[in-house]
Amino acid sequence: MTSVTEASTLSTAEAMRARRKARLAHSLNRAAATLQIVGLGWLGPLLRMAAGDSPRQQGRELWQQMGVPLTALMLFLAAWAWLAPQVNTSLGAIPGPAQVWEQVGVLHADHKAERAKEAAFYDRQAKRNAELLAKDPAAEVKTRPYAGKPTYLDQIVTSLKTVFTGFLLGALVAVPLGVACGLSRTVNAAMNPLIQIFKPVSPLAWLPLVTMVVSATVSSDNPTFEKSFLTSAITVTLCSLWPTLINTAVGVSSIDKDLMNVGKVLQLSGPTMVRRLVLPSALPYIFTGLRLSLGVGWMVLIAAEMLAQNPGLGKFVWDEFQNGSSSSLARIMVAVFTIGLIGFLLDRVMLAFQAAVSHTGTR
Amino acid sequence: MLSAAATLALTLGSAQAAPLDVEKDQLKLGFIKLTDMAPLAIAAEKGFFEDEGLSVTLEPQANWKVLLDRVISGELDGAHMLAGQPLGATIGFGTQANVVTAFSMDLNGNGITLSNEVWERMKPNLPKGPDGKPLHPIKADALKPVIAQYRAEGKPFTMGMVFPVSTHNYELRYWLAAGGINPGYYAPNDVSGQIQADALLSVTPPPQMPATLEAGTIFGYSVGEPWNQQAVMKGIGVPVITDTEIWKNNPEKVFGVTEGWAAKNPKTHLALVKALIRAAMWLDENDNANRAEAVKILAKSEYVGADAKVIANSMTGTFEYEKGDKRAVPDFNVFFRYNATYPFYSDAVWYLTQMRRWGQIAEAKPDSWYDETARKVYKPEIYLKAARLLVEEGKAKEADFPWASDGYKPLDEGFIDGIAYDGRKPNEYLTKLPIGLKGGQALQGGQLVGG
Repeated sequence: MTSVTEASTLSTAEAMRARRKARLAHSLNRAAATLQIVGLGWLGPLLRMAAGDSPRQQGRELWQQMGVPLTALMLFLAAWAWLAPQVNTSLGAIPGPAQVWEQVGVLHADHKAERAKEAAFYDRQAKRNAELLAKDPAAEVKTRPYAGKPTYLDQIVTSLKTVFTGFLLGALVAVPLGVACGLSRTVNAAMNPLIQIFKPVSPLAWLPLVTMVVSATVSSDNPTFEKSFLTSAITVTLCSLWPTLINTAVGVSSIDKDLMNVGKVLQLSGPTMVRRLVLPSALPYIFTGLRLSLGVGWMVLIAAEMLAQNPGLGKFVWDEFQNGSSSSLARIMVAVFTIGLIGFLLDRVMLAFQAAVSHTGTR
Repeated sequence: MLSAAATLALTLGSAQAAPLDVEKDQLKLGFIKLTDMAPLAIAAEKGFFEDEGLSVTLEPQANWKVLLDRVISGELDGAHMLAGQPLGATIGFGTQANVVTAFSMDLNGNGITLSNEVWERMKPNLPKGPDGKPLHPIKADALKPVIAQYRAEGKPFTMGMVFPVSTHNYELRYWLAAGGINPGYYAPNDVSGQIQADALLSVTPPPQMPATLEAGTIFGYSVGEPWNQQAVMKGIGVPVITDTEIWKNNPEKVFGVTEGWAAKNPKTHLALVKALIRAAMWLDENDNANRAEAVKILAKSEYVGADAKVIANSMTGTFEYEKGDKRAVPDFNVFFRYNATYPFYSDAVWYLTQMRRWGQIAEAKPDSWYDETARKVYKPEIYLKAARLLVEEGKAKEADFPWASDGYKPLDEGFIDGIAYDGRKPNEYLTKLPIGLKGGQALQGGQLVGG
């Protein structure tokens, strides 16, 4: 009797341990998948090692996930440092990694100096107003915001604001239109030629038109939005519409017919059908479209800013090109890497969203 | 440095009268990255705008067209402009809009640069001084045979200038025509400005001049600093002449605002002109003593952004022609001396005569029209009001301003070809010029007709 119970408790303890291990492995795997999406896949093997998995196997995995990319990056930096000084332009040699890194420091120092100037301006203003009030308590004093140059960080923030505004506007237009195209063959046939014609248009072709329209329609006295901001954002919208529109239409039109039939049998109203059936099943497609749109939008924005001289990273690049000083090329390279990194991060954020709604985590 | 500037501004601020009650105190002003935007940068950095109760953002623009369009659309409150821009806009060449100016920003400041190859071919034709260096000013006569050679080789001789109504365009045309080279005409149905041209002029934005020259798209250009000195530094071209040798102390840039803006914001306009006059005075003070500091300011990336040593070349009174051939040009950039900041009607009329000469003004106009147009655009009364306020505040000297001027300078004989200019008689002046439209002449189908 006792032996039986002992044996059974033993076996239950072992079973418990095995279950715990299985659960741990399962949750580790899930965590690894999530990390993979966020771009921290290399943490997975480390976690598994910590959890007691075979270090050799995990070490190989770690090398694959982290060692190889890092080595490639090192090789790239070495090649760049070696090749760059050999290309001589009229602005001096192409800067290597060291000069570019130095300019990162300079830009940061610039940013801090500008902020210090701003603080000094507010101090002066406060002092001046205090003096005025001391002389005459009824004096009218004015407080004005500081009007200095936008620093590099300001330009990054401006670009991000613009791209998201344009992108969200685009999504607001593209998703409903895409749903309509996907549900109705008539709408699809009507829209198709327009989509085919406008999709391949370069953003820069829109820019003069958008600029003129915005100038004509937006009042110049204290507008809610700066004209330059609107111009850039609308240009982004016009170019980032299409991937979302097309993907949404495809996603909606490929919904399982059985589902639709169930909806019909239940006599769901149109809006309910869309909300309960169409959108959920088309979500993965929609998000794929949105992700593509954001990527396109970011690229377009930089070009638009360069051409129209609207505030943002593109303007920074163009201004530096126009400066033609000995540090201009290095600063432009800083901007190039910044643009690349931000583009990459935006893509990752969208990917995480996409994975969250599509259950498959496909990339 | 920062705190010193702050305390300086404070002491200045406390010792002054209350600023004008301006209608608009947050302004955005445009500029092109050229040395002669200096008055704007100095007024911002030295706190002159702030003293007037203005908070000013300076924004570099891509090119002159964008700059003008943004002033007209109201995105910019005002801007650093080519002297020809307010005039051109007012008479409707290009964009029609009434733009006015009450402040002339500077004198001189441009040069004409030719590519190394053209210079090598041209050099043998030049008269030399006893030191073996070419005699200055270099005339375009020496370029004429070179252009003929290029044509014989089947290469059209192309040159760059910054804008159809720019000082640089008129100076380059004046220089070429004085050497017997036809720079081409404009006509109402052909605004390329290349009708009957020996040298084909086209528009290139200033900062891209050196790169375009290097690429071989153009063989020379006429542009403001630092882009002539940049060509020497990079070893891609040779500046042959500065504009003060083409026309001594010629007016160059103005500060322009639209007529509507000026009517709506008279006090703001006045405050701006006050700050700019102070900046110009600072730039020329004590025989250019402040120029070194000005160069440091202009070299910042938010202003001109070129290397300080390139900007310093012309700002501190020397100019390098051929590599190693540095000569003193003390008046290369004049910001305040010789009444540089006063908007003379005669300056406006000269630009109008050149617009007529090259066909941008297609039909003959009476002398009275030139005077009326100048008065429509140039506003010396606002300038003098601002100057009066500065004198009253003890910030300027009574003797520095031409209070009694009727807006016309006396007979000007400072041109490279010795032709005297009297702003009161534009039509008579046009008849004296060698190449160009005169009297009732017009262009039809690429031919000169009438007369």
